Amino acid sequence: MKAVITVIGKDKVGIIAEVSGFLAKKSVNILDISQTIMQDMFCMIMLVEFRDDDTVISDISGQLTELGKRMGLSIHLQREELFQSMHRI
Amino acid sequence: MINPFEIMQTINMIDKENLDIRTITMGISLKSCADPDLKAMCGKIYDKITSYAKDLVKTGEDIEAQFGIPIINKRISVTPVSNLIEALPSPTVADCVEIAKTLDRAAKTTGVNFIGGYSALVHKGYTNAERVFIESIPEALASTDIVCSSVNVASTKAGINMDAVKQMGEIIKKSAELTADSSGFACAKLVVFANAVEDNPFMAGAFHGAGEGECVINVGVSGPGVVKCALEKVAGEDLGVVAETIKKTAFKITRMGQLVAMEASKRLNVPFGIVDLSLAPTPAVGDSVAYILEEMGLQQCGAHGTTAALALLNDAVKKGGVMASSYVGGLSGAFIPVSEDAGMISAAKSGALSLEKLEAMTCVCSVGLDMIVIPGDTPASTISAIIADEAAIGVVNTKTTAVRIIPAPGARVGDTVEFGGLLGTGPVMKVSRLDSGEFISRGGRIPAPIHSLKN
Repeated sequence: MKAVITVIGKDKVGIIAEVSGFLAKKSVNILDISQTIMQDMFCMIMLVEFRDDDTVISDISGQLTELGKRMGLSIHLQREELFQSMHRI
Repeated sequence: MINPFEIMQTINMIDKENLDIRTITMGISLKSCADPDLKAMCGKIYDKITSYAKDLVKTGEDIEAQFGIPIINKRISVTPVSNLIEALPSPTVADCVEIAKTLDRAAKTTGVNFIGGYSALVHKGYTNAERVFIESIPEALASTDIVCSSVNVASTKAGINMDAVKQMGEIIKKSAELTADSSGFACAKLVVFANAVEDNPFMAGAFHGAGEGECVINVGVSGPGVVKCALEKVAGEDLGVVAETIKKTAFKITRMGQLVAMEASKRLNVPFGIVDLSLAPTPAVGDSVAYILEEMGLQQCGAHGTTAALALLNDAVKKGGVMASSYVGGLSGAFIPVSEDAGMISAAKSGALSLEKLEAMTCVCSVGLDMIVIPGDTPASTISAIIADEAAIGVVNTKTTAVRIIPAPGARVGDTVEFGGLLGTGPVMKVSRLDSGEFISRGGRIPAPIHSLKN
């Protein structure tokens, strides 16, 4: 299944490295990344692919939130269908 | 890939604008549990609820984690318990209370936060068992924690059962007195309906109606904060633009509800029933229906124009939501529970919002007089008269109306009563001191209105 990871916060060195390093350790495949700086705020959107396993995705979602807290960032992981259903007819 | 702007919009809605799924409610039919032996019946009820709903809370939490959408409540609604009482050879109040306690225990085992369906439908008349059942409501609510009760006293097809209206005024008073130490908290779990709906997922009025299937998943969305923020962006535009903006926002909110409902139904292997498109406020700042009305240009909720603004809101929410979901049901509209809405609380405290204005607002909102605290010395007949007025609005306008009113023992106008959590803080509101006793004591049935004769 596919999911979207968003990382928002103050820009600093090593955000992409830290997040993608964590995902690599968990064998999560990154399909696409887009990233911008909006008024000093770092904004990254990643499309990632998971194995179809409930516990894995819930687990990683929790750990990403923790990672975000440690780095002073807000990190969300949400399944892709959420955005598709909210914004596409 | 999905547009980054849309992704950020969704995240903003959840993070900053309090977008959430208010409730996933599992409706469970208890028809199969009826038994002439009380102990056997309680056993069947407990077993059925705990086996059908055993994964409900866990599934809700899993969906929450994977989609990143807060799901505030997981709840259960059951077949109106008065129907089960009919199976007992000579039911007593104690028997009914025993069943309420069983529901409470079963719900706690599953981990849900409310169970609804300690209910009776008496809009045309009582059976002997229903009479006993309604007598048991105060004790049942006082001796349980998470059981919710509702009684339907009127319908457009049947008219208004004024005997039941009279009795419910007394039942509400008694419920408040039995829980005087918590300011009449039992009354917050008791709703008196006209035209009650069978698939409503919201408490305290949820029950699993007679026409429902074995088990069903209903979802209630929320999101007054999101609508308010969307309206901030169209400040000064005409009301056509306002309605259009609300529609678009309601569409997105409902799509999320539909997604969660489908996912929950798939995981639990239970059919999907309906999405209820209600804007349900919480006491959190920024999650208020009153603030939406004020955003439209009213100085404070309760000002002249409030009813028109609410009518626009209620209608636009439905129009936007209806295309977003395959099955829409429940109450679907805007709720105006006074103690659960930061804007309503302050309007009631400052005197901007009166009971009379709220009554007018209930003509165009999705339910009725909801979570209103009134002085503890209000006579039962006055409460009955308030119920009769609301029922008349519902019956004549072919809509659901309800009364959830708390005559807090010892409280006077100007006091505030703290319920905590989602139930919030209720300022004690002024009630007319004129006597309605003689009207209420007449009893009987107010006939159904002419436009109910549609066949």
